[in-house]
Amino acid sequence: MPFIPHTEEDTRAMLDAIGAESIDDLFDEIPAKLRAQSLDRIPMGRNEMAVSRLLHERAADDSQPLSFLGAGAYEHHIPAAVWELTTRGEFYTAYTPYQAEASQGTLQLLYEFQTMMAELTAMDISNASLYDGASALAEAVLMAVRANRKSKSRRILMPATVHPTYRKVVDTIVRHQGIQLEIVDFDMHGGHVDPDNLPAEPGDITAMIIPQPNFFGALEDVHALTDWAQSNSALVIGVVNPTAMALITPPGEWGNGNGADIVCGEGQPLGVPLSSGGPYFGFMCCAKKHVRQMPGRIIGRTTDLEGKTGYVLTLQAREQHIRRSKATSNICTNQGLLTTAATIYLSLVGPEGLRQTAAHSHSNTQQLMEKLCAIDGVEKCFDRPSFHEAALRLAKPVDEVLSALDAEGILGGYDLSTDYPQLGNAMLVCATETKTEADLEHYAAALQKVLA
Amino acid sequence: MNNTHTPLIFEHSRPGRVNTTHTQRSTATAHSIPGSLLRKTPPCLPEVSEMDAVRHYTRLSQKNFSIDTHFYPLGSCTMKHNPRACNSLAMLPGFLRRHPLSSEQHGQGYLSCLWDLQEILKDVTGMSAVSLTPMAGAQGEFAGVAMIRAYHDANQNSERTEILVPDAAHGTNPATATMCGYTTREIPTDGNGDVDVEALRAVVGPQTAGIMLTNPSTLGVFDRRIKDIAEIVHDAGGLLYYDGANLNAILGKVKPGDMGFDVIHMNLHKTFSTPHGGGGPGAGPIGVSKRLQPFMPIPVVGKKNAADKEVYYWLTEKDLPQSIGRLSAFMGNAGVLLRAYVYALLLGREGMTRVADYATLNANYLMARLSQAGFDMALPQRRATHEFILTLKRQAREQGVTAMDFAKRLLDYGFHAPTTYFPLIVPECLLIEPTESESKETLDAFVEAMAAIQQEAEGDAATLKGAPYTMPLRRLDDVKAARELDLRYKTKPVSDING
Repeated sequence: MPFIPHTEEDTRAMLDAIGAESIDDLFDEIPAKLRAQSLDRIPMGRNEMAVSRLLHERAADDSQPLSFLGAGAYEHHIPAAVWELTTRGEFYTAYTPYQAEASQGTLQLLYEFQTMMAELTAMDISNASLYDGASALAEAVLMAVRANRKSKSRRILMPATVHPTYRKVVDTIVRHQGIQLEIVDFDMHGGHVDPDNLPAEPGDITAMIIPQPNFFGALEDVHALTDWAQSNSALVIGVVNPTAMALITPPGEWGNGNGADIVCGEGQPLGVPLSSGGPYFGFMCCAKKHVRQMPGRIIGRTTDLEGKTGYVLTLQAREQHIRRSKATSNICTNQGLLTTAATIYLSLVGPEGLRQTAAHSHSNTQQLMEKLCAIDGVEKCFDRPSFHEAALRLAKPVDEVLSALDAEGILGGYDLSTDYPQLGNAMLVCATETKTEADLEHYAAALQKVLA
Repeated sequence: MNNTHTPLIFEHSRPGRVNTTHTQRSTATAHSIPGSLLRKTPPCLPEVSEMDAVRHYTRLSQKNFSIDTHFYPLGSCTMKHNPRACNSLAMLPGFLRRHPLSSEQHGQGYLSCLWDLQEILKDVTGMSAVSLTPMAGAQGEFAGVAMIRAYHDANQNSERTEILVPDAAHGTNPATATMCGYTTREIPTDGNGDVDVEALRAVVGPQTAGIMLTNPSTLGVFDRRIKDIAEIVHDAGGLLYYDGANLNAILGKVKPGDMGFDVIHMNLHKTFSTPHGGGGPGAGPIGVSKRLQPFMPIPVVGKKNAADKEVYYWLTEKDLPQSIGRLSAFMGNAGVLLRAYVYALLLGREGMTRVADYATLNANYLMARLSQAGFDMALPQRRATHEFILTLKRQAREQGVTAMDFAKRLLDYGFHAPTTYFPLIVPECLLIEPTESESKETLDAFVEAMAAIQQEAEGDAATLKGAPYTMPLRRLDDVKAARELDLRYKTKPVSDING
């Protein structure tokens, strides 16, 4: 039987020990009329060979065009060792490290992960991950409401330059707790939030979200925004791309004061395959003073009976299994396997490798923009500096252009016209370090043909 | 187990040790970014060779118990075998490299798998529709209670502000109710482990939004009066939420839809054997009855006929305008869903019921053997489902040893400990879930270990108090960890690699 080791003899002996006639007798406490009649929509079991054939056929249906799509999920090279190690059974098939003495592998790795994320963001502390970037932002908003005790308004400023789906997810998750999400509009020339357009006396604000880079790939004026928010007693929540952290000012150093209060983001670029959107992992870091408001698992270093160094789950009094209805979040699962991949990824690429990945992605996108903007009917949407993604305006409707490019085997980018109709025929393009000079030329030639 | 001291990866680091093979060697600079937005000092990430990293993480992996290495009877977590085909097939390049926003036409293979999985989960739970998007059990719970709220709001029933939760419930249940803006009222459990129906009857009313139930409950027994409970809550205008954490016990035997539930979440990382990965990822799809269908979280996979061909596509805000909305940046934990799908295909229709059969056989056998060995069960008069509770209250009183001591000592005998101190209503308890994938020999060995530990408790309780002895470390100081917070290594500055 698939994955069941019992021989007939075993089953007989076990039933005898229980004092039951048949396995069916073991279900005698379930009222008879509740017993399931049939499962006719479920196919009969197949062996590994047959299932393997089916899945290979289906995977082959998912063709792999040359992709210039980003919009929150980024194609980066993943060193072979990352998933070789991550899928070792001892990582892959362990559970949450409740028994610390038998889980030092996972616990030490997560402590290393927390250190790396705190380093990348220049923040004091990191947790052991959340589900993904979007849900991490929702948790960050809830955390800010708990942490900013002086503020009574529960008003959160949400720039329109935050990923549109992140904004939707935050709304889904926080809407039942009397939190107001106020959209802050962006500057049409820069594609960023202009600090000069923020009100001098905004009233009571609980927190302001600052994306860096923002959804358009543009770099926000993070210092001015942070200073403005904090001078109005609002906490600052940074949403950042972790690869970009190797190149640009980390949130711990934003503004003239102490930097951002809470930082979160999507961890996928750090060694996690695109995989149709998941599993990825969300990360969250914060200033030390807010640690008791942090959701999710946190690992701490301690000692054992003999004084040797070891690692445990700590600050569990925040969590649902202890605090129940008063917990900081209902979260229980984290994304342990993906943080394992990210920790190994960051160890393999190191500070210089991550900087090169970031710099090369930045420069590839700059070059792509130059090549594409040289084509008639293509122009840059915004003049702000960008990281590894940028917005273009086309002379034709974006959906038509994208399907024509698709026919050429190219995923041309992300159509912005649904989420941002005010931008006209705009789309977002991204060229990471995985793209060669020839790829960029190929794209430019195809776009020229499509627009001709 | 690898018991040697393993320094942190940062302690292997040497300034200037660079792996040139893993990144695009580049002279590119960030000339277009103004200096005020550039990072001044590089992050202190480790600078190690590939071999350093491989050796370090291999050694760390050897400091873990896992299903692959040890019996792991962690109650309520369903630590069953994770078939390797599920992993290798979910990691086929076509699936792995697909960008989540690439068009549906480039994802027909993947979408067809998810469609099939939706159909399988609908059938096995008896629900009308399934959304695969929640990324873990607790997010599925959130989606479920948010749908209950959306339903009441749509019916102008905003005076329903209370969610009922049995006192044996998982901690995520009351925490979820709070996130959805509800207050929680606890319902006691009767002496037989069933929900106290009279107590329930006394508290339902126009303020009742719904009830969150796990059946079999966290006490490891099937609530025999589930139909009465459903009727009482429905008559009061409330809805029923099914916490699917224990679905392994009834897979193919009872459908939650037939018990009267309006919404359920499933933990695919439990029942459908996707890996637990040291704490995640999970996947927590939800199933709904007809009346909650309009409120499902998006996206959901749809199927239509176009040009004599079946085409799979995403249902979004446009198709489900009353949806509670989105829960993830993209479409949920796709890779986990593919693993569950492969598992479901390998099991097939007949394999589903076999899971419940043998999970139940193993739990009842282990309970019988441990009773014969002199241990006390919390509910000896009841059938075990896929798990059961043993209480060490007597040992605590007579020998001064606790459930924690037994748990730590089991590690020395080569077994991961069962869940301890949950559910909260049973003192000094071990919640034991063997799962269907363990053999009789393993269960027998576990009974022998428990009996040997009991002997130790009677002879020399101090031995137990000091356990474990054979792990990489002795018992760890949780109190110190929480008092003297040390949550990261204090890295030293690395050399200025750009200079």
